[in-house]
Amino acid sequence: MQLERDDLLKMYRLMLLARLLDERTWQLNRQGKAPFVISCQGHEAAQVGAAYALKPGKDWVVPYYRDLAVMLTIGFTPLDHMLGLLGRADDPNSGGRQMPSHYSHRKLNIVTHSSPTGSQVPHASGIGLAIKMRGDDAVVWTSFGEGTSSQGDVHEAMNLAGVYNLPVIFFCENNGYAISVPQKKQMGIENVADRAAGYGFPGVVVDGTDVIQVYEATAAAVERARRGEGPTLIEAKCLRLTAHSSDDNERTYRSPDELKAIRSQDPITRFTDYLMVEGILDEASQKRIREEVMAQINEATVMAERAPLPDPATLERHVYAEHEA
Amino acid sequence: MPEMNLLEAIRAGIDEMMAADERVYIIGEDVGKRGGVFRVTEGLVDKYGEMRVIDSPLAESIIVGSSIGAAMYGMRPIAEIQFADFIFPAFNQIVSEAARIRYRSNGAWDVPMVIRAPFGGGIHGALYHSQSVEAFFAHVPGLKVVVPSTPYDAKGLIKASIEDPDPVLFFEHKKLYRLIKGQVPEEDYRVPIGVADVKREGSDMTVLSYGLTLHQSLEAAEQLSAEGVEVEVVDLRTLRPLDKETILNSVRKTGKVLIAYEDNRFLGYGAELAAIISEEVFEHLDGPIMRVAGADVPAMPFSPPLEEAFMPSTEKIAAAMRELAGY
Ligand SMILES: Cc1ncc(C[n+]2csc(CCOP(=O)(O)OP(=O)(O)O)c2C)c(N)n1
Ligand SMILES: [Mg+2]
Repeated sequence: MQLERDDLLKMYRLMLLARLLDERTWQLNRQGKAPFVISCQGHEAAQVGAAYALKPGKDWVVPYYRDLAVMLTIGFTPLDHMLGLLGRADDPNSGGRQMPSHYSHRKLNIVTHSSPTGSQVPHASGIGLAIKMRGDDAVVWTSFGEGTSSQGDVHEAMNLAGVYNLPVIFFCENNGYAISVPQKKQMGIENVADRAAGYGFPGVVVDGTDVIQVYEATAAAVERARRGEGPTLIEAKCLRLTAHSSDDNERTYRSPDELKAIRSQDPITRFTDYLMVEGILDEASQKRIREEVMAQINEATVMAERAPLPDPATLERHVYAEHEA
Repeated sequence: MPEMNLLEAIRAGIDEMMAADERVYIIGEDVGKRGGVFRVTEGLVDKYGEMRVIDSPLAESIIVGSSIGAAMYGMRPIAEIQFADFIFPAFNQIVSEAARIRYRSNGAWDVPMVIRAPFGGGIHGALYHSQSVEAFFAHVPGLKVVVPSTPYDAKGLIKASIEDPDPVLFFEHKKLYRLIKGQVPEEDYRVPIGVADVKREGSDMTVLSYGLTLHQSLEAAEQLSAEGVEVEVVDLRTLRPLDKETILNSVRKTGKVLIAYEDNRFLGYGAELAAIISEEVFEHLDGPIMRVAGADVPAMPFSPPLEEAFMPSTEKIAAAMRELAGY
């Protein structure tokens, strides 16, 4: 699909929504209202570009904790995110059971994931296997960080997908760090995507700050998978613009120079500039979109803060299937 | 009614479920042409094809992990782990994923899958082909753990497990595969998960067991009968969820309990049984709750005298029965 002007504006709005919503979660954290925040800042272009190439509700999404912008693109609302952040009963991910940003939304085919890094990736290959066995038209997309690419589960999942040519898109969001550990201590190669050759399918490196480039690479991988030609590994080189999480202090391992330098590559600024130059966005429309997005976020914040907490009497529910009375 | 051994009964149950429901498939090492190293899946690949009887790469975490994904998609996977000893590379997938997916999604997602694994010793399998691993998994809420010990139960339980909406670990004692034969109806039936079975009635003591030690206990009970002691032998069949009622009723009747299992004694399954019994029917007990179990060494050695020293046996169980009868 060729991206139209409307698509670009939608993508811009999604990126901005993800960024401003993410910033709001940090404010709530500093106010003592949100005990834990993990951020998508710096990954917005990669995430919106990738998720925009999927068909929500038809394709399957097996994300990881950094994927707020993926979630919003597939159909999650700011309120959905806020309910999870504040551990509310109506949190669609888990009813307040999981840490924030451990996503799930059954109706949107967004599969629940856990905290042990990489353990979601085999599920994607299993979903790919099921799609193939059933002869369905869907594809499955899964994501993980470059640090997580060291996990055996990621290897095992890609290997199975290679053997059975499964319709899986493996999406590595490489931000150069696994908490404090830099990529050079994580692997002896420069590109995670190079590993795809070892599994017998293509590996592609894209600039994760360029939403259009990521979209095009993902759309090509999705088409390939739909045609039955098998998996693709896409590696998006991203920036982590925040600490790993609200429990981390990145100044203990990132230099002031580095922290300054990454600011100048902010994917949102980059896309805004592009849209301005192309005449798709101007000062007035930019301001209007920002106000609309902020209004949405303010409303979601108020509603989530008012929403009820889970009833402790529900602690023992859903351990096993519950039979209807 | 045909006579079958344990593994034929398991195969028959799987075969019937695969014929009835095309969501059911098998994945594991050597399950295709070879029919599994114990031949449980023999012939199924010819019947159902390579995409329903899938020879997986040699990697347990993906055998289980991919099955979890497929189950969430709506399939009914049967994942085979070649030997229970090799289940540990998949431990995280079983314990952190399969067991918790329903809970962590507040009931939105489920994982209807079966993980089959041959376990147990007495076949000269040494440290890594003899282990009993049930206690690791029976500890985990969200999992079900089933151990069939007769062909009739095996067929009925595998069918119930495949249909079950939650992840079921199905442990098959490998020494029983061809040792135990029995009548298995051709018609469709289930043995429900979570229901124990009194395999021998008696009034003087209760023996709780499963797997190979169940059959050793039944043999020992015959010896004791000749000596005038009538032993009730309860086959647990399911370790989680546990059929407390059948167990406690038997203990109320006999007042004495011996637990026989092959896993290491310390913190093995018998420890939980003993705790439950002493908490709930203490006033009915006329003697100590006793255990006959595997040795507390890291795993079972190879050489026959060492293997025998590790394993429970009919003689060891009979000796414990005599001791308990003395109270
Ligand atoms: C199995 C496991 N080990 C360690 C952790 C702790 N941990 C959480 S995130 C993380 C770093 C992940 O880095 P990466 O995969 O690069 O993703 P990023 O956070 O950079 O997006 C670590 C070590 C964990 N959650 N799971
Ligand atoms: Mg990283």
